[in-house]
Amino acid sequence: MTFFDVKNLTVKFGGLTAVDNVSFGINEGEVFTIIGPNGAGKTTLFNLISRLYTPSAGQIIFRDEDVTRLSAQQIAGRGIARTFQNIELFESASTLQNLLVGRHRHSTTRTWQDILRTRKVREEEVAHRRAAEEVMDVLRLQRYRDTTIGNLPYGVRKVIEVARALCVGPTLLLLDEPSSGLNVEETNAMAEWILEINRRLRVTVLMVEHDMSLVSRVSDRVLALNYGKMMALGTAAEVQGHPDVIAAYLGA
Amino acid sequence: MAHHVRTDYGDSDPLFPSKAAVFWYAVLIAGLIAAPYLLESYYLSQLVFIMIYAIVGVALNILSGQAGQVSIGHAAFLAIGAYFTAVAQKYGLPLVLYLPLAGVFTGIAGYLVGLPALRLHGIYLAIATLAFAFIVEEIIARWESVTNGNEGLMLPPPSLFGLKLGTEGFYYLCLLVTVLVVLAAINIIRSSTGRSFMALRDSETAARSMGIDTARYKTTAFALSAGITGIAGALYAHKMSFISPEMFSLSVSIDFVMIIIIGGLVSLRGAVFGAIFMIMADPLLIILKDQLPLWADMVTHGLYLPDSVNQAVQAGVSRVVNAPGLKSLIFGIIIIVFIIYEPLGLDGRWQRVKAYFKQFPLARQRSARPPRMFLKSERR
Repeated sequence: MTFFDVKNLTVKFGGLTAVDNVSFGINEGEVFTIIGPNGAGKTTLFNLISRLYTPSAGQIIFRDEDVTRLSAQQIAGRGIARTFQNIELFESASTLQNLLVGRHRHSTTRTWQDILRTRKVREEEVAHRRAAEEVMDVLRLQRYRDTTIGNLPYGVRKVIEVARALCVGPTLLLLDEPSSGLNVEETNAMAEWILEINRRLRVTVLMVEHDMSLVSRVSDRVLALNYGKMMALGTAAEVQGHPDVIAAYLGA
Repeated sequence: MAHHVRTDYGDSDPLFPSKAAVFWYAVLIAGLIAAPYLLESYYLSQLVFIMIYAIVGVALNILSGQAGQVSIGHAAFLAIGAYFTAVAQKYGLPLVLYLPLAGVFTGIAGYLVGLPALRLHGIYLAIATLAFAFIVEEIIARWESVTNGNEGLMLPPPSLFGLKLGTEGFYYLCLLVTVLVVLAAINIIRSSTGRSFMALRDSETAARSMGIDTARYKTTAFALSAGITGIAGALYAHKMSFISPEMFSLSVSIDFVMIIIIGGLVSLRGAVFGAIFMIMADPLLIILKDQLPLWADMVTHGLYLPDSVNQAVQAGVSRVVNAPGLKSLIFGIIIIVFIIYEPLGLDGRWQRVKAYFKQFPLARQRSARPPRMFLKSERR
């Protein structure tokens, strides 16, 4: 079975080819990291996979299914959840409510049932709440349960976004720069959590990251992009030692 | 400060936050049930208007407060509900049937209006709903075979199960409908649907990435909001017993928006507060209009000013209080004051007063500073 495959993915914005003929595969259970200088097309690639952008050419295969033409909400329904580089939380709501929104794909009640608050709705609410609490237990977010996101510091928000993505119940988790804006301690904690999510919850992780120490700590394989093109693919050490990668970063 | 300890996920979002709340809501309902025996007919009539406006307020709260979609065309939905009622009653449908049907019918209209909303945001959506309101007003004025055009339609008094509803009977009907609508709205807000609305409002991108079908929930929000307004329209038609196109003009839509701005966008309680304010502001202004010249007279006499000054002051005061458009001016000033100093509306003020007494004597001004709020449209 193909777990996740990107084949010849290309996207053009006018005359700019932001992602150019990129192909790679992710094995189930690994942590796969995409690195590259600013403007390399990493986030664009992410947006293509989560279907916020539509590719100009190429294919995305997830668990033997072609998901290239699905809508963003269908992608989440397939079990691909993501976080955002610049935190897209629901700011006027509490942490708990944010996590409960993550449970959306598990809710089967229709609007009229919600209006009448039938027994099914009440039972599902309890199930959602339990699942959200379990995620909060893993990421130690209990103390922020009822705090409005707008009142929380950046570092905590970053973790809550991961928690919300986990509430989707993903098989593939996309993390867009999980350590950006975090201090050293928070980055260390984030690395531990990524490993915990990967090893204990058995979620495959695809992430974009700049912090090379974090990358080498958690990643099984690394892909380096530059100007939308693939430069190198291999273990963290291999990619870091690759002459093209060194040239791209140091401008040799 | 009191904390509520909960031991079960089942009651994590209860209807009433505490036993005290149960008690006070019971007192409120008891008072409202006793109202026909306690109040003069004028105030009872005002109470019915407050309830109708509160229903519209709840409808707009779901659309604007929860789902973050603007509408300045809700008078059109009120009109559709009202005219549906008038026509249905003419064809002999019973009230138990046409009242919910008015909601369903208007809900379908709301769904159709929601379709362009999928592509429009903020101010553009506001203009689209405004245009819709004008179109509906125009259709009602022109479609004379059904609506009797500008001459309007008379409605016979409503009857329930063959019994004519008198003033009191109609009051109880309105009370029942209001309570049911509020309960329905509470249930929506604390459900998966309500959370999806909230997600739409705060970040559409994130909502989609969480698997929320944004198109479906936007149209649902419009349909629900319109449906509830349609039910209010049915009650409104019966309350007025005569409807004509100019009763559903732009200024009515603006009144509705003011309900939720003054009351507070974030909570249903705000919708009720806003409705009370909008309905009671009129009689208060009239009283003020009568009293102001007398007060001015007292002041000038108290200061022993010469007669000529006295007369000049009197003339000035009466010119101001009788000036056309004074009411709009005052309302405009009130809205500006609310947006600047109390963006959370009357409900926000109420919450702060409650917090003050809860924390007494530890409450400090700064602990209740209102959060800065920015219009969502500014971010796009």
